[in-house]
Amino acid sequence: MPPLLKLILIRIGLGVLTLLLVSVVVFVATQALPGDAAKAILGREAANKDRYEAVKEQLGLNKPVLQQYVGWLGGVVTGDLGDSLAQGSPVTGLIGRRVVNSFILVFVAALVSVPVSLILGSITALRRDTKFDTGVTVGSLTLAALPEFVIGIILILLFATQVIKVMPATSRVDSGLPILQQLELFVLPALTLTLAVAPYITRILRASTIEVLESEYVMMARLKGLPERLVLNRHALPNALAPALQVTALNLAWLAGGVVVVEYLFAFPGIGSLLVDSVANRDMPMVQAITLIIAAVYVVANLTADILTILVSPRLRTGLR
Amino acid sequence: MAPDAAPTREGEAVLKVEGLRIVLDPSGIDIDDDVSLVIHRGEVLGLVGESASGKTTVGTSLLDYQRRGAKIAEGRVQIDGQDVLAMDQRALRGIRGGRISYVPQDSSAALNPALRIGTQLLEILEVHGFGSSQQDREERLAQMMGEVLLPSDKQFLRRYPHQLSGGQQQRVAIAMAFANRPKVIVLDEPTTALDVTTQAHVLDTVRDLTRSYGVAALYITHDLAVVSNLADRIAVMYAGKVVEVGTRDELFDEGHHPYTRKLLASIPDITGQRALRGIPGWAPRPGQRPPGCAFAPRCDWAVDKCGEAFPPVETVSPGHEVRCWRQQEVGARGSVLQAEAGEREAVLMPEDDEQVISVRNVTAFYQHKETLHGITTSVAQGHCLSLVGESGSGKTTLARCIAGLHPHKIVGDIEFEGKPLARDARDRSRSIRQAIQYIFQSPYSSLNPRKTIAQILSQPLKVFFDLSRDEMEDRMVKVLEQVALDSSLLSRYPDQLSGGERQRLAIARSLAAEPTVLICDEVTSWLDVSVQAAIIELLAQLQRDMGLSMLFVTHNLALVRSISQEVAVMNDGRIVEYGLVDAVLEDPQADYTKKLLSDTPTV
Repeated sequence: MPPLLKLILIRIGLGVLTLLLVSVVVFVATQALPGDAAKAILGREAANKDRYEAVKEQLGLNKPVLQQYVGWLGGVVTGDLGDSLAQGSPVTGLIGRRVVNSFILVFVAALVSVPVSLILGSITALRRDTKFDTGVTVGSLTLAALPEFVIGIILILLFATQVIKVMPATSRVDSGLPILQQLELFVLPALTLTLAVAPYITRILRASTIEVLESEYVMMARLKGLPERLVLNRHALPNALAPALQVTALNLAWLAGGVVVVEYLFAFPGIGSLLVDSVANRDMPMVQAITLIIAAVYVVANLTADILTILVSPRLRTGLR
Repeated sequence: MAPDAAPTREGEAVLKVEGLRIVLDPSGIDIDDDVSLVIHRGEVLGLVGESASGKTTVGTSLLDYQRRGAKIAEGRVQIDGQDVLAMDQRALRGIRGGRISYVPQDSSAALNPALRIGTQLLEILEVHGFGSSQQDREERLAQMMGEVLLPSDKQFLRRYPHQLSGGQQQRVAIAMAFANRPKVIVLDEPTTALDVTTQAHVLDTVRDLTRSYGVAALYITHDLAVVSNLADRIAVMYAGKVVEVGTRDELFDEGHHPYTRKLLASIPDITGQRALRGIPGWAPRPGQRPPGCAFAPRCDWAVDKCGEAFPPVETVSPGHEVRCWRQQEVGARGSVLQAEAGEREAVLMPEDDEQVISVRNVTAFYQHKETLHGITTSVAQGHCLSLVGESGSGKTTLARCIAGLHPHKIVGDIEFEGKPLARDARDRSRSIRQAIQYIFQSPYSSLNPRKTIAQILSQPLKVFFDLSRDEMEDRMVKVLEQVALDSSLLSRYPDQLSGGERQRLAIARSLAAEPTVLICDEVTSWLDVSVQAAIIELLAQLQRDMGLSMLFVTHNLALVRSISQEVAVMNDGRIVEYGLVDAVLEDPQADYTKKLLSDTPTV
C-alpha cells in the first residue's frame, strides 16, 4: 500500500473515533441539561403527570440512557438520524436544506478569505515595515480583537440601515426559491465570517513568509541571479505556505462552528441557528446531528491540512517510506 | 598537498575591491572599513579572521548583496573593470551566478528543502541563458556533476537536499557555483560543517576547478590551516579591517602583524613540535570596537599609540602589506611558528595509572540498530584519553554510555573505580554523578538562557554540597577564576558572553561539582581556531593542576597531541587503533588512522 494512502486511512480511522467520542460527550451533555424534551414540548401542560409520562414514553425517554445512546448510534450508522423531538419529522429532512445553506455560507467566506489573506500576508511580508504593512497589521489586529457578532452588527449598521442601505439586514433565505435568486442574502453573513478569519491567516502567513525570506536558500536564490519573481514564486512562497496551512484549516473548521452566532444575528436559516433553537427545545436528536456535522468538518479540515502539508514538504513526503 | 602551480600574482587582476565600507543600517556603525583586495586570474585569496571580523559581509558585498540591517556605504568592487556596486538590478542579476558566484557556508540551509537538486542546478543555467537549448544545459549539468564527483543520473538529480549527505550537499553547491564558468567565486567557509575527510575532498575539488577554469577565488575562513595549502595569497582581517596581506609563505614565515602570528600559533600542530597558543579575549563586534588599532587590547606589542590611531598601510615587500605601528619589530622576530609558539611541552605521563573508567566489551544500540560493537578501553587516573573519529563513528555514543546519557540498550561492563556503573545516570548515586561530569559540544544550547551565570553555577553546588551563601559565593568565584573568567560576570546572562566565554562557563559548571572524571564532547567544534586553542590550553592546565582524568571526544586528530596521553581512533562503532598519542600519530598502523592523518590540514 502506498505510504500516503496508509496514512490517510489511519487518519480517517482516528477521525471516526474522534466523532464517536464527540457523540458520547454530546449525549452525556444533553442528559445533564435541566428539563427534558417532553417538558419542552408540553410547556405548561407538563404539570399534567399522565400526559407528561405518555409523551416521555412515546419519545423513548424512559429507556435507560445507554440503550437510548446505542439505539441512536445504530440509526446514525444506517443514515437515520432519528426524528426531531420538537417537530416530529425526521432530522435528515429538516436539516438537509439548512446544511446546504450553511455550507454555501462557509464556502463563500472561505473562497474570499483564503486568497485575500494569502495575498495580504505575502505582500505585507515583502513590503515589511512600509506604511502598507503597518496599515494591514493595525487593521487585522483590530478585526481579530472584535468578536464576530460585533463585526456583524457594524456591517448591518453600515450597509443595511442608516449609512448606505444597499443590503438586507436579515438573511431569511427562502427554501422555496433557488439560491441563485437570493444571493444578496449571503453577502453580509459571508463578509462577517471573512473578516473574522482573514486576520489570523494573514498574520501567520506574514510571519512565515518573513522567516522564509530571511532564510539562506532565498539569499542563495538571489545570489544565483534569479529574477525576483522566480525567487518568490519558486523559492519563497511555497515554503511559507506549509506552516500557514494548519492555521488556515483550523480557521475554516472554526467557520463551521462560528456560523452559530453569525447565523443567529442575521436570522439566517442554517445549521447554526437551528442548533441554537434545538438546544432551547431540548431537541436531542437534532443537537446530536448538528454537533456531529460540525465535528466532522473539523476532522476533515485537519486531515486535509495534514495531507497538504505532507504533499508540499518533501522531507515529510519522502520520510513516509 | 603542496600547491601544484606557482602563485599567479603576475596574471591579470580580475577582481579589484577598493575602499569598501559596509555599515549597520540605520545606525551607521562600521562593520567593515577601508577593505581593498585584488585577486588575479586563477588565484585563490584566503580571507582569514575570527568570528565577527566582517569576512562574510565582505564576501557577499562582492555580489552587491547585504543581509537586512547592513548596507554598503562606499567603495568599489570591479570585475574586469566593471563596477558591480554601480550596476542596476537587472545588470546585477545578470552577473550574480554568472560572472561571479557564491558558495555558502552551510549548504544544508542554502539549498531549498522543497526543490529537487536537479531543478536548483538547472535554474542557474536557465536564467543566465547558458547554451542554446535545454539539451546543452543538461549536458553542462552532467559535466559539472562529474567534476564534483557526484552522479548525474536522473534519479540522483530528482533527490531533495535532505536525501544527500553533508558532503554531497556542499558538492552540489560547488557545482552550482562553477556552472556558468564564472570569473570570480566567493567561498564562504564551505568546509566548516564537514568531517576532515570530506573537507579534504571538497578542498581538492575547489583547487582543481579554480585552476582549470582560471577563476579568481576568495576563500573565507577562520582557520588558517584550511587555506594554507589552497590559497596563493592570504588577507587577514580583524574588526572589519584588513590588517595584513601577502603570499602564503610571506605570512607564514615572516608575518609582520601580531594578529597574523597569533592566529598561526593557535593552529593545532599534528606533528607535535610546537605548543598550542590561544589568543586571549575575542574579536569585538561592530559597535564594540575600541578606537585606534582594535587588536591593541589583545596584543602583547601594544603601545600607547596603538590606542590612538589606526596605522596606515606599510609595504613590507611588493604585494606584502601590513597595518601595524610596530610591524618592523614584529617582523624581525622571524619565523612565526617557532617564535610565537615555542616548543611543545610534553604532555605529562602520570605515574599512577590505576583505571578510573574501564569499559569492557560494550555494545550499544540506537533503537534496534547496533551502533557500538564490543568496545573495550579505559581511562587511567590523571590521564586523558582522546576518542577520535568522524561523525557517525560512535565516539559520542561511547562518551554518553559512560556518562549514563545513552537512552537505548547497552550490553557489557562499564566500571568506575572498579565498581559497575548503572546504565542510566538517574540510577547512579549522587557521589558518582558528582564524580563524572560532562561538557557538551555547543555552549550555545548547553546553557539555560534564562538563568544568570550565578544561578547556573550554583546548580551543581546546591545538588552536591551543603554550603552557606558565603561559601557558595566563594566557590563560584573560585571556579570562574580557574577558567579565567571575571567574577563580575556572575549577574550576567549567557547571551552576554562570547562563544569562548560560554564554553569556559560550561567548564566552570562541571568543575563546580569537583569531579574526578571530565568528559568533553567536541567542546571546541563550535569555536574559532584561536578560541579553540585557548580552551585546549585551559583543559590541559586543569588536568595537570587538579589531576583530573579526562575523556576528550573530537573529530580533529591534530588537537589530540596538545591534551592527551592516549588516543583511541574510532570508525563505524569500533576502535580501530589505540595507543600512546605519539606512537599512534607518528607510526599509525590502521589504514583509517593513516587516512585521517593525511586528510587533516596542516601548516
